[in-house]
Amino acid sequence: MIIDLGWNIIFGLLGLAFILTVFRLIHGPRLPDRVVSLDLITAEIIAVISVAAIRANQPAFLDVAIILALISFLGTVAFAYYIEQRV
Amino acid sequence: MKARSMLLQVAVAYLMPLLLIFSIFLLIRGHNEVGGGFVGGLVAAAAFILHAIAESPKATRAHLPLSPDKLIAVGLSIALLSGVLALFQGNPFMTGIWLKQPLPVIGKVGTPFIFDVGVYLVVIGVCLHILLNLAEDER
Repeated sequence: MIIDLGWNIIFGLLGLAFILTVFRLIHGPRLPDRVVSLDLITAEIIAVISVAAIRANQPAFLDVAIILALISFLGTVAFAYYIEQRV
Repeated sequence: MKARSMLLQVAVAYLMPLLLIFSIFLLIRGHNEVGGGFVGGLVAAAAFILHAIAESPKATRAHLPLSPDKLIAVGLSIALLSGVLALFQGNPFMTGIWLKQPLPVIGKVGTPFIFDVGVYLVVIGVCLHILLNLAEDER
């Protein structure tokens, strides 16, 4: 079916984004690059959760995405704080 | 903890009420759908920790209506009270008692909801007790 193909394309592209980000996470020349890639990973997780909520027809999954969107920036801020402390 | 970022302070001023409202929404929706006291408490604790990072742990303590250990005590007492209420009706401990008429905003109210409020307060208290003490420990 054409719809199934659509889901495959969406999840494939999101998976590709994950692979590229994890590459940056492992390879990142400096620590700030790794922190930014971690932040990007949470954004991608939010995208995956939203797509999964549509696919499973479960609005409850969206709450997880809301909380992640609100909280994830806390982790990045904490990382930034400790990087500043170290230097 | 010296340099405060003004950007962060302004962002937190808007974000913290949002997180607290969402935590209460999770708490109230708890008994029929996804959510509940534990998740709501964690979200509320995250809001206070955000405030502690942006301002200072001391400012967060001043913001709290009760100190974290008192929050734990009050939460446990509320949870216990919700169980004891059933004893007065002659039912076993922690039998659920429900109001016949649902309230307008909150929905069905009963002793399980009161128990959830207790859990909410205990979770906030425990998280803040641990994290604020860690944050105040300057080297």
